[in-house]
Amino acid sequence: MTQLDERAETAARASRPGGRLSSPLVRYIAIRLVVSLLLLVGVTIVTFVLTNLVPASPVTAALGERASSDPKIVAAFKAAQGLDKPLPVQYAIYLGHLLQGNLGTSIQTHDAVTQDLAAAFPATVELALFVIVLSVIIGLGLGLIAALRHNRLPDQIIRVVSLLGISVPTFWLAVAVYFLFFFVLHWAPGSGRLDPADTPPPTVTGLFTVDALLAGQPAVFFDALSHLVLPGLVLTLYTVGLLVRFARSAILDVLSQDYVRAARAKGLPGGQVVFRYVLRGALLPILTIVGLAFGSLLSGTVLTEQVFAWGGIGQYAFRAATALDLPAVLGVGLIVGVVYIATNFVIDVIYGVVDPRVRVG
Amino acid sequence: MSGLRIEELRLTIGRSEVLRGISLDAPGGVITGLAGESGSGKTMTGLAVIGLQPAGSRVSGTIAFDDGAAGVPNLLDLSPRAINRLRGRRIAMVFQDPTASLQPMLSIGSQLTDHLRHHLHLDRHAARDRAIELLERVKVPDPEAAVRRYPHQFSGGQLQRIAIAIAIACEPAVLIADEPTTALDVTVQAGILRLLRELTDDLGLAVLLVTHDLGVMSAVADTVAVMRSGTVVEHGSRYQVIREPRTAYAKELIAALPHTPAPGAGVDERSPAPGAGADGEGSSAGADDEGEAR
Amino acid sequence: MTVAVAPPRRRMRLPAAWRRPLAIVGAAVIVIWVLIALLAPVLPLQDPLHQSSAVLASPSAGHLLGTDELGRDVLSRTLWGSQVSLPLAVVLVLASLVIGSVLGAVAGYIGGIVDEVIMRIADLVFAFPTIILAMVVAAALGPSLTNAVIALTFVNWPNYARVMRALVLGARGQEYVIAGRLLGSGPFTSLRRDVLPNVASPMLVLATLDFGNQILLLSGLSFLGLGAVPPTAEWGSMVGDGVQQFSSWWLATFPGLAIFSVVVGFNFLGDALRDALDPRTAGAVQGTTV
Repeated sequence: MTQLDERAETAARASRPGGRLSSPLVRYIAIRLVVSLLLLVGVTIVTFVLTNLVPASPVTAALGERASSDPKIVAAFKAAQGLDKPLPVQYAIYLGHLLQGNLGTSIQTHDAVTQDLAAAFPATVELALFVIVLSVIIGLGLGLIAALRHNRLPDQIIRVVSLLGISVPTFWLAVAVYFLFFFVLHWAPGSGRLDPADTPPPTVTGLFTVDALLAGQPAVFFDALSHLVLPGLVLTLYTVGLLVRFARSAILDVLSQDYVRAARAKGLPGGQVVFRYVLRGALLPILTIVGLAFGSLLSGTVLTEQVFAWGGIGQYAFRAATALDLPAVLGVGLIVGVVYIATNFVIDVIYGVVDPRVRVG
Repeated sequence: MSGLRIEELRLTIGRSEVLRGISLDAPGGVITGLAGESGSGKTMTGLAVIGLQPAGSRVSGTIAFDDGAAGVPNLLDLSPRAINRLRGRRIAMVFQDPTASLQPMLSIGSQLTDHLRHHLHLDRHAARDRAIELLERVKVPDPEAAVRRYPHQFSGGQLQRIAIAIAIACEPAVLIADEPTTALDVTVQAGILRLLRELTDDLGLAVLLVTHDLGVMSAVADTVAVMRSGTVVEHGSRYQVIREPRTAYAKELIAALPHTPAPGAGVDERSPAPGAGADGEGSSAGADDEGEAR
Repeated sequence: MTVAVAPPRRRMRLPAAWRRPLAIVGAAVIVIWVLIALLAPVLPLQDPLHQSSAVLASPSAGHLLGTDELGRDVLSRTLWGSQVSLPLAVVLVLASLVIGSVLGAVAGYIGGIVDEVIMRIADLVFAFPTIILAMVVAAALGPSLTNAVIALTFVNWPNYARVMRALVLGARGQEYVIAGRLLGSGPFTSLRRDVLPNVASPMLVLATLDFGNQILLLSGLSFLGLGAVPPTAEWGSMVGDGVQQFSSWWLATFPGLAIFSVVVGFNFLGDALRDALDPRTAGAVQGTTV
């Protein structure tokens, strides 16, 4: 009787509707994709509205005080930039251009914003990848050690180090290591992504290290790599500080779960319990924070890029903001929004693939 | 005869004495019930046997493990490595909440075979065949498909059957069942208890059944030990403890039962005994045990 | 007999936090800096704005931390800098805390369309990296410390709103709150008496940890030239100026250390407070050895 009940229940679970639209995973990803696209439209509206709400006049910023006192020049400039039309129309024009890959011309550089962004983005991507790979390895490792040695000496040391890591002013650390390792010790190369004597490798991905390898130029590869080290380590310190705290508490949460005790009751070796049962359980929350950290690195790390003259999105954003270069600011806002949405989408998809509760419904 | 013999087991965490000299026999082929309210130390006794007491606790006394030819005079003297070799292989454990004691992101198959492959050095195929055989043994429907499924695809009762299959996978001599039915619907509890009974009889298992539920206890346990604040206050056959409790505490516990089964009543007919439990004011001793086993 | 529905108020348990060495170190550092800020006018320091002929002098007995490119005393400017950063950080955190808590509490307590609107705005602010959004707002408003504080408040309030909303939602469902409502408390009485006391301590931890962050961001904006304007002795802009005079390492080093130490103080204290208030990570939890 009772067993029949159980069997009926299991059968009901197995035969839940869902056969029509292929696997639950595909449906899940499709929904995520639609949500992402909706968010994307939201981002274009926001970047647009935000830059139109600010009181400072882009006209003054672009033309300077003298020219902007001449109504004719102002009118001509406004007409040329489409600034004389009502906001919704300006937005429609902006969106139309956007769909053609046209983000307008930067008032400051006089280049197409798309072109500027295409040049800046790979620089940021290369730095962000370098930092996130290092940070995940170090951060997860230290977080795991801290959790397994909870409240003992290694945990306390790691806690202090990670707190120090998130307390250092990045811009100051950047200046300090630059001064010490470049200026005093000559161990590291100067600012920028390559030695001025080197020519960038032929562009394939835009990442100098990867492109140099593809072109078979080991000297350029090592030069690009050595330029990555200082800004990379500065950003890694902060990112590790962030990840360690999070990984530690996520793993501590899992360690108190019944299934960890059950795994230990099976007499499995400690390593197998940790890597198969514990880490798998902590994977999803850790994935989320890694994704967020990567997203924020990808949106440009203004201060570090500024110190090392990295020429990425962060530095471009700074120049655009200080010059009130509206098309450029909109462009940065857009790419940052896209990065945010894309990272979230990728996290969601990985969630779906990794978590059987999503994957098999 | 295989089984456990616990003598003068003491366990302290910091300054609090959780167990104050427990003595208990749990022979093979017999279900030994360990009853008591939360905080009485019954779960801790089970954890101490399998060597999973909380870090920083001190244990003394004797837990003799008789395993046919190869016995261990005192489990507490074993090195962590040596006890880990017994865990899951000779001494196994089933926990209270099956939805929490299975890793949600690992398939049933891998959770059934991990320790099989580690302890018995089976290859992938042999372990899988054994897993299917075990699922059949605990009456999980469609075992071939079940090994590929994940915990969230099963009901609580099925999950507890799977947890029991995991526990008996390496054919242990001792099984500690910590509140195995508490988290389950009343309708599936009896099925799990009947399964425990069958396994005990068929495999000659020594089962240590930890529960606060004297109804469960009286349904399956052969002998019953009643615990209170770290000591065993009463230990005897089920009939004796339930029908003729010697201590006042055990009497109170029994009186608190809504339905006390008649002596010899099996799982199937849990008829209320006339008169029993009618006089007490129903102080629900030991209900709400939720927190303890977690 | 009276029927008492006593809410299990989460007490601050400060004593436990104070017993932690990190909390003591953090609190000590903060107290020292607050004292410096209060006592700067009476300390035997040179005028932080006084320009002397000793330009870019390296540390010496006369100028313990050297002088900058205008001959101003770096020690004096660094210590006076606390008068700029600390009060502004207080204003910034308080403003974000008040705005964010009110909006979050309203969203959580009223729910429905109000909740949707507030939280979607918060999401949108979240979608942009703090420093970039703050930079754009600060640049648009024009460089000044006040505008930097406004810009940072604008990007910071959603943090508080989110946490507050979650806490209110959690507390609202608690049985003692429901019991209170059943016994006749009005919605505002209920919010004030049963809900707020229980969300106060998590918000306090959040604010403490936020202090360090906001000081970093504020000095970062000044470093970029979007905050303090000359001749204000502000730490971030001092580091920025120091970058122009690269061989005079003392210019950037000491104000940077000042920022670092204050932020460490707040982060140590906040971390210890969080541990003391969060039972999951508290010392009472038994360590699990795997």
